[in-house]
Amino acid sequence: MVPTNYYLILSAILFGLGVLAFVFKRNVITIFMAIELMLNAVNLAFVAFSRALGKSDGEVFVLFVIIVAAAEAAVGLGIIILTARNRRSLNVERVDLLKL
Amino acid sequence: MTASLIIFFVLAALAVLAAVSLILQRHPIHSALSLIVVMVALAGLYLLMGAEFVAAVQIIVYGGAVMVLFVFVIMLLNAGVEERTNFSKLATFGGIPLALALSGMIAAGIARSSGQLATSPAAAQGAISSTKQLSMMLFRDFVYPFELTSFLILVAILGAIVLAQREN
Amino acid sequence: MSEFLAKYAFLIVPIIKVAILVFAVLTVDAYLTWLERKVIAHIQARWGPYRVGPHGLLQPLADGIKFILKEDPMPSGVDKIGYFLAPFLTLTLAVTSLSVIPFGPDIKAFGYVTNFGIADVNVSLLVLFAITALGVYGVALAGWASNNKYSLLGGLRSSAQMISYELALTLSVVGVLLIAGDLSLKHIVEYQDNGNLGLLGWNLFGFAKDHAGFTQIIGFVCFFIAAIAETNRVPFDLPEAESELVAGFHTEYASMKFAMFFIGEYTSMIAVSCLATILFFGGWLSPFPASWTLTHYLPSVILIPFGLWVFFDGIRYETIFGRVLLPGVGAVLAAAGLALFLFAPANDVIQGPFWFFAKVFVFLFFYIWMRGTLPRFRYDQLMDFGWKILLPVSIGNVVLTSAFLLWRMH
Repeated sequence: MVPTNYYLILSAILFGLGVLAFVFKRNVITIFMAIELMLNAVNLAFVAFSRALGKSDGEVFVLFVIIVAAAEAAVGLGIIILTARNRRSLNVERVDLLKL
Repeated sequence: MTASLIIFFVLAALAVLAAVSLILQRHPIHSALSLIVVMVALAGLYLLMGAEFVAAVQIIVYGGAVMVLFVFVIMLLNAGVEERTNFSKLATFGGIPLALALSGMIAAGIARSSGQLATSPAAAQGAISSTKQLSMMLFRDFVYPFELTSFLILVAILGAIVLAQREN
Repeated sequence: MSEFLAKYAFLIVPIIKVAILVFAVLTVDAYLTWLERKVIAHIQARWGPYRVGPHGLLQPLADGIKFILKEDPMPSGVDKIGYFLAPFLTLTLAVTSLSVIPFGPDIKAFGYVTNFGIADVNVSLLVLFAITALGVYGVALAGWASNNKYSLLGGLRSSAQMISYELALTLSVVGVLLIAGDLSLKHIVEYQDNGNLGLLGWNLFGFAKDHAGFTQIIGFVCFFIAAIAETNRVPFDLPEAESELVAGFHTEYASMKFAMFFIGEYTSMIAVSCLATILFFGGWLSPFPASWTLTHYLPSVILIPFGLWVFFDGIRYETIFGRVLLPGVGAVLAAAGLALFLFAPANDVIQGPFWFFAKVFVFLFFYIWMRGTLPRFRYDQLMDFGWKILLPVSIGNVVLTSAFLLWRMH
């Protein structure tokens, strides 16, 4: 049996990598993918805890997280398409009209 | 070194390598492919934990629908290789060590608390997560959030259609 | 030695099964191309491959040698990772989907009981759907990585088509799941075993013995139409047809990579036919009631006359090679039929797989028959049909089945 800690450490590492990707990438689609990576890391933690406690609540919550992430991806990509059409670029540093 | 430990380390290494590849690749489509590898590796980990339904749903919904959406958008918007911009040195040399330190602290905290997270006897028997038990919980205890999420998906579909329309 | 085998049997037996399955699937794929060319040719009043071996039987071998020896060009400007990954992904996913399909009842040999498929998973139906869902990437990546606008259009159209019909595919199976109450393919087949009703116990007709069942004809029709669209076959093969879009997403692929797409498509055709027989046609169950034990001799009754016909047709064949090969093949078939007639244990073992493969063969023949007969859909007609007709009908099937089951429970 794999101890639960191992899954949680892996979840923390994946979350940290997601944060790194979010901060350092400039393509807006890649940033969105980093958000999905963070959500996946959280899902792993949920399932690990669900297995540790012996109840199914964690897995039900994982299903909800997946559903919400799918809905968010649909709307978010719609917004990204519109922004890319307007600013003619996928670089987040170009979306800077509010800059002083 | 039992078989499940070996499988865990293989899948975990695959997930971490794919996540690092997501950061290091220059073209967004290669990042998308790396993210798909991460999701499949995580589905393997869910299978290892005995959560078969969640593993299958992860591949079908996340890997088969959400990531296809990402790949389509990358292909249609003709996203090219990322350009080089000059990052502030503070962000690079201060940020990366801080982020790594953050994850390191979380990981160390988890590793230190190994005493309280013993696997419960019910889980050791594999009693959790038959699909039947999961669905009974979903449709009895959590039926209200379930209906709300179906409403949420409807709203998301309508929103995406309205957003992506051409302006006539 | 036998202790070592007994201890590691859980590892050795699947490896043997995998080797047998991969070999069998690749051979069946090759001869499926032969069958397709012959059947379509006869529909079109011509002969098809005839010269390469007796009755064209060595044509797949010639095609294989051609694919291996032909030049494999790679156009400039392609995205190397996507270009190499796409055919590999298609082939791997298609062959992997065959690993969870049970081809017959459990085998009991040397005191060891094993599943007739490779893996016996609780959620094998979901695994199959997961692999189908991932199959979209092969097509989309192939179209995009080829650096060719026709490939990109063909790839996007094909993957949009696959995603749309995936929904109808999954929903049309929910009726079967409501009746069987289990996601495991083996248990779904065992639920259709109705003792003495034989054919009528299948999910197509739904007269189950001690649990409620409902006829799944609507579900089967929706499933089969959606499956044809998933595998990109006629009449839904606009994205890869040769006269449209310059062969679509596999325009820039030649020789071995094209062969991988080809084999992947035929293998997914086989997988979908296996799934249709398991879900709706009783899998390895015989259509005759179990009390008609004379029907157990049906394999011999089919094999012996067929073998003798091949034998006598081969003796007077044109070429000398045919005059040696065909009677040999005929003699082997007739001898196998005779052996089954005489040895009862072998006959019992062969019953389940015989019916399974017979039904799968009928479905594959139907696929080929449609290719020779029907014209293809235009792309907007295709998408309209998938979203506006097939999806509501599948949902209607779910509602109807659950209403009937609820009524029966009271």
